[in-house]
Amino acid sequence: MASIDATAAGSGVVNAPYRMCRFTGLKVDQAAETLIKVHAVTAVIFLALGGLMGLGVALTRWPAVQILPPEWFYLVLTGHGANVLLFWIIFFEMAVLFFASAILLGSRLAAPKVAWLGYILMLVGALMANYAVLRGDSTVMFTSYVPMQASHWFYLSLIVFAVGALISVMVFFATLVVAKNENTYDGSVPLVTFGAITAAIIAVFTLASGAIILIPTWLWSLGLITEIDSLMYKVVWWGMGHSSQQINVSAHVAIWYAIAAMVLGAKPLSEKVSRMAFLMYILFLQLASAHHLLAEPGMSASWKIVNTSYMMYLAVLGSMIHGLTVPGAIEAAQRRNGFTRGAFEWLTKAPWGNPAFSGMFLSLVMFGFIGGISGVILGTEQLNVLMHNTLYVPGHFHGTVVAGTTLAFMAMTWLVVPLIFRRDIIWPTLAKWQPYLFGIGAGGISLFMMGAGTLGVPRRHWDISLADAAHRAVEFPAAAYLMMGLNGLFAILAALGGLVFIVTVVASILAGPKLDGPDAKMVFPLHDASRQVSEYGSEGTLKLPGTIILVGIFFAAFVLYYFVNWKYLSELWLFN
Amino acid sequence: MAITPPANRLWWKEPIHGVELGWIVIAFLWGLFMFFFMIAWHFIGDQNLSTETYRVKPAAYEEKVAAWAEQYQKIGADGEPVEVEGTPVVAPPEGGDVYILARLWEFWPVVELKKGVKYRIHISSVDWQHGFSLQPVNMNISVHPGYEHVINLTPTETGEFGIVCNEYCGIGHHTMTGLIRVVE
Ligand code: HEM
Ligand SMILES: [Cu+2]
Ligand SMILES: [Cu+2]
Repeated sequence: MASIDATAAGSGVVNAPYRMCRFTGLKVDQAAETLIKVHAVTAVIFLALGGLMGLGVALTRWPAVQILPPEWFYLVLTGHGANVLLFWIIFFEMAVLFFASAILLGSRLAAPKVAWLGYILMLVGALMANYAVLRGDSTVMFTSYVPMQASHWFYLSLIVFAVGALISVMVFFATLVVAKNENTYDGSVPLVTFGAITAAIIAVFTLASGAIILIPTWLWSLGLITEIDSLMYKVVWWGMGHSSQQINVSAHVAIWYAIAAMVLGAKPLSEKVSRMAFLMYILFLQLASAHHLLAEPGMSASWKIVNTSYMMYLAVLGSMIHGLTVPGAIEAAQRRNGFTRGAFEWLTKAPWGNPAFSGMFLSLVMFGFIGGISGVILGTEQLNVLMHNTLYVPGHFHGTVVAGTTLAFMAMTWLVVPLIFRRDIIWPTLAKWQPYLFGIGAGGISLFMMGAGTLGVPRRHWDISLADAAHRAVEFPAAAYLMMGLNGLFAILAALGGLVFIVTVVASILAGPKLDGPDAKMVFPLHDASRQVSEYGSEGTLKLPGTIILVGIFFAAFVLYYFVNWKYLSELWLFN
Repeated sequence: MAITPPANRLWWKEPIHGVELGWIVIAFLWGLFMFFFMIAWHFIGDQNLSTETYRVKPAAYEEKVAAWAEQYQKIGADGEPVEVEGTPVVAPPEGGDVYILARLWEFWPVVELKKGVKYRIHISSVDWQHGFSLQPVNMNISVHPGYEHVINLTPTETGEFGIVCNEYCGIGHHTMTGLIRVVE
């Protein structure tokens, strides 16, 4: 401790563990910086692998193309789910946690060696999972519903990965304590850190559920336990599976706030409201597993209703609040920056050419309109029967976790490269178009899979023409085939967007213009506080007409779509 | 800024903006409405998934379905049992119990129902999890081994309907289908 204080005080010391960031004024701990780099790079590698698999899956589900044979299709689909949903997202989230603790609080990382141990375990787990899947005896999808059985390597790999992640989360918490004890910041933690704390608390709950279900399942695959109840498995598995999505939401909402702050100088409309909205995620998430069980036998209706609505939609309320406060904070900031004309000058004159901003804003809009609304519909007790296990489900979560989380993480990466790697973006034009390419692709696959699901097309299915089936039971309409074709085309767009992202990021890290010189400038500049024209509004006078209109459109779309689905439901055969 | 500690140390004492407060109230009320609408549908709606479920050993379920299918096997005009592509067609009595068995990779047997009549449909799996997806009606229910789910189902249209498996169940998943016929 003493030595840290000494070096921190004497900033001229060689090998000082800190540097000051010229662009943000933040104090950057070197150990945290290295860990952020390593986690971000590892995340991107798994995104590349998983994204390629996603393209293979989408091109197979395009009936006219059907690129992979069935064994490979199911194998690659299993690999796709694991690599993107678990490895890409969680490695990146660990980088976010280190950033939100050590860097934003100007603190040292609590225990870098332990953090490295966490990283190595995660890496071993992720590699082992790919080994298990590629062996060909673990084609069980990442949900691995029992009694279908994977190789014991598969379950073990996920356990090792989860333990590693848990260790890293503990380092995050320890860093918060260090920062507090060493008084590295003044007052309360920043909102972004608060969001990260939310994510981390949820992560602990999630990883615990994961251990509760995966350890017995692993023992079962080794023959040490004879039976695992399939329904119980699903309940506990989704305690992990769904809550982990709430980690993603907390993390990407925190990133929305962070990017808005760094690029536009946005500050929360009111700290209290934004923090309360995060708190709602923690309070109600344990209930989330229920909305994956609405079509299962044996659960009571009242259990389903209370749980699936997260206790009367209070977690949804949290997201709806962020849906107003994030654009509201942006509008207020832009009006302070001088864009005050009309309802929308703040938006039209926003830095749409800066991939951090455009990616963040597209993520916000698509997460709300595509992922958010469809999620509430799917999670409504009775409506679920209309789309359970159809392609609507992957459509919904590509809206949340691809158009939402992945796009937000990509947007953040455009800031991580110059600020943490201290290399500027090597090909600004490519970077500028990347969010649109990926965003439109991801939005497209979400919508077309939802469309196909509405027409009854099953998920995880190699051949909807049912050519080799027991009975040619149903002829899916031509519209369903059209949707699958469009899904394939937009998958190509998304894959191109992903490729541009990976190539540009890697090239920038390796060969981008160095930014450590005293007057080097970033091609995509951060917010320049000196250009701020006015103090726009205080609590009493703040007007946000643009945000009110946007939120009004969102709400109208939500209500309309909600009732359209009840109308569909009422036309179904009768059952009770 | 969102990346720095709140400028006002007593941030929790700041008033909430009118816009925020208005939206919180609207969103909260909408949440309440959606919550109570699910409850209401149990009273006003005709589509609520039954929760009637029994534990059953897969082998016992298989025997039960086979015995039932033999009893109500449909006999054609020629006096021969009616089959579709090798699967027997079973015509249960109006309003009676109907059994559907899910296994790798078929839904067995083919059942013939009458339009507008309410049946007790029993569904269970004898091996892995499967997905009962009735098409083109688009009604989707999970099927577990060891659990016998009973649904009171009233077909409202006539014709030939397909059951497609929509829970991944191994390499033959995309070949797993079944049929339900509905007659006047
Ligand atoms: C190039 C980008 C991507 C494309 C083209 C793509 C496409 C697809 C397609 C077509 C499916 C299969 C649906 C089915 O047959 O059931 C799928 C499944 C899935 N995707 Fe993606 N995806 C992409 C990126 C991502 C990302 C970035 C994530 C997560 C962050 C993700 C998460 C998933 C998950 C969890 C599944 C479900 C796997 C399963 O059913 O077991 N995808 N994706
Ligand atoms: Cu099946
Ligand atoms: Cu199946």
